[in-house]
Amino acid sequence: MSNKEWPLWEVFIRSKQGLSHKHVGSLRAADAEMAIDNARDVYTRRSEGISIWVVESKLVTASDPREADALFDPADSKVYRHPTFYDVPDGISHM
Amino acid sequence: MNREQALFEYTLRIADDSLILGHRVSEWCGHGPILEEDIAMTNIALDLVGQATNFLEYAAKVDGKGKTADDLAFLRYDRDYRNALLVEQKNGHFGDTMARQFFFDVFRKLFFEGLTKSTDETLAAIAEKSLKETKYHLKHSSEWVIRLGDGTEESHQKIQESINNLWRFTEELFFSNDVDTMLLESGIAVDLNALYPLWKSQVAHVLAEATLEIPSGTFQQKGGRTGFHSEHLGYLLAEMQYMQRAYPGMEW
Amino acid sequence: MKNLSLEEKEREFQAKIDADQKIEPNDWMPDEYRKTLIRQISQHAHSEIVGMLPEGNWITRAPNLRRKAVLLAKVQDEAGHGLYLYSAAETLGSDREKTIDDLNAGIAKYSSIFNYPTVTWADMGTIGWLVDGAAIMNQVPLCRCSYGPYARAMVRVCKEESFHQRQGFEIVMKLAQGTPEQKALAQESLNRWWWPALMMFGPNDANSKHTAQSMKWKIKRETNDELRQKFVDITVPQAEMIGLTIPDADLKWNEERQSYDFGAINWDEFMNVVQGNGPCNKERIAARREAKENGLWVREAANAFAEKRKARQAS
Repeated sequence: MSNKEWPLWEVFIRSKQGLSHKHVGSLRAADAEMAIDNARDVYTRRSEGISIWVVESKLVTASDPREADALFDPADSKVYRHPTFYDVPDGISHM
Repeated sequence: MNREQALFEYTLRIADDSLILGHRVSEWCGHGPILEEDIAMTNIALDLVGQATNFLEYAAKVDGKGKTADDLAFLRYDRDYRNALLVEQKNGHFGDTMARQFFFDVFRKLFFEGLTKSTDETLAAIAEKSLKETKYHLKHSSEWVIRLGDGTEESHQKIQESINNLWRFTEELFFSNDVDTMLLESGIAVDLNALYPLWKSQVAHVLAEATLEIPSGTFQQKGGRTGFHSEHLGYLLAEMQYMQRAYPGMEW
Repeated sequence: MKNLSLEEKEREFQAKIDADQKIEPNDWMPDEYRKTLIRQISQHAHSEIVGMLPEGNWITRAPNLRRKAVLLAKVQDEAGHGLYLYSAAETLGSDREKTIDDLNAGIAKYSSIFNYPTVTWADMGTIGWLVDGAAIMNQVPLCRCSYGPYARAMVRVCKEESFHQRQGFEIVMKLAQGTPEQKALAQESLNRWWWPALMMFGPNDANSKHTAQSMKWKIKRETNDELRQKFVDITVPQAEMIGLTIPDADLKWNEERQSYDFGAINWDEFMNVVQGNGPCNKERIAARREAKENGLWVREAANAFAEKRKARQAS
């Protein structure tokens, strides 16, 4: 008999309509259906959610933190993407 | 027997099923087959204890003798409990517990669906809330019966044995007597005779998916609904009532 | 990409921590940081799981329906907290079930307090009040710990835990205000749990081998003695208020320090329990091992079924 452990799943929960699903943690389950049920029992005991996503942890691809400089620093110098970069005279509203 | 007495008796049956099964499931807390399942089973136990509380509060009110839900839960004698024999059976292994839960959940879902239409508003309201919980319990227990039935050879054998062993307690869930007759007339009670074929076909459906056989020719035990229990209930009550018996009349 | 020497990496790492930046799972970290965290988080997780047993012991004997539901919910929370913590440890590459096997083999440590027996209902109150109280004292600073997943798990744990101490205090208070028998139950329970609760904060700072490095890495934010003193200062007036006596003849208010002085802790007892000789070490480990062994066929069945289901869905 195999003594294989249940795979690890990442859990994402939408706390209410209008908000995105947010990563809350992980758990073990034999399959996706069980992962949803377990997520309901583990992570929504205090009415924290109305919708659940689960994804097997090994299927998540993450960016490499060692490349964080190359990936994310260039955006820092593009301040013109932010509205506060622009001067608007005092009398102008709704902008 | 007047209508109040019948209603009291009827409410106790529902309450005691939840109370005793809740007690049994709570025995698993800390000992489940995996952490996630431990948490899931405790949720079920909590739902059942909550249902028991609601129904016992109502029973106490109908009884009208100034007793509380706790008095009813903890201070009756063995013969005064009205739960079906099925729910007082010992936990056994995980398969035994799931088989017991599955038989009960199929019954309970059908029963609560009926009870939500009761002319007794309180019973209908508690049934409404309990039905939501029960639907989830049924999903949980059926999935496990299917997993264990269609899992490994060992699990198949084990759960088939559990199904066979517990089958003899299933018909009693549909027991009815003059209490039911009286309350059926006023639209309070659920017609259990009508539920039985539905129960059988739903159970058969899941067992088929689980590649399990329906036991045949098993003698059916009964007695719980009229206070004749198995030997297991006495021990369960000795534990459950310990504090109230050892320290009578105190508040906690 | 920069190619840094180990020393430079370590310097950068410490600089990040000094600047109160969080470390996340895939970030570079010193091996020792990873090892210390895995040890600390999994010990913490084990404590939650083993901690379910002494309280679970009274679920079926709770004196009324309300207490029964509360106790069930609380013990369930502990399972949840264990799970959050194991999850945090898994982000460091520590496999949960392997960690649990270490616990079941008697290799891994957990909080020594759970090796004491719960022999009366009053212990449900005292554990909530003192043991959860001490745990919260330990845990609140950890919400600011340098490792992101641990800190986030602790935020969740602390949020949920706040009801645990209150329900415990409520139980003790009810007893203290009850009949003479009930009051005796409360006092007797406090007598047994007080010292083990103080031991929960760990050895004195002078004898705590991990403290200095852990403080520097911000995986520990206050020292054992600081936390212990805080706990005593908060708890003594609570006991007085409900008319119970702390079992310590040397306990007295120190006007100058604005703190309580308290008696010497029996560290021999502590070491003895840590080494496996507490009243319930054997029972606790046996119960955990039994649960895992008895559940093996169930977990295997779920695996087998999941594979069959996958195959069917694919065809």
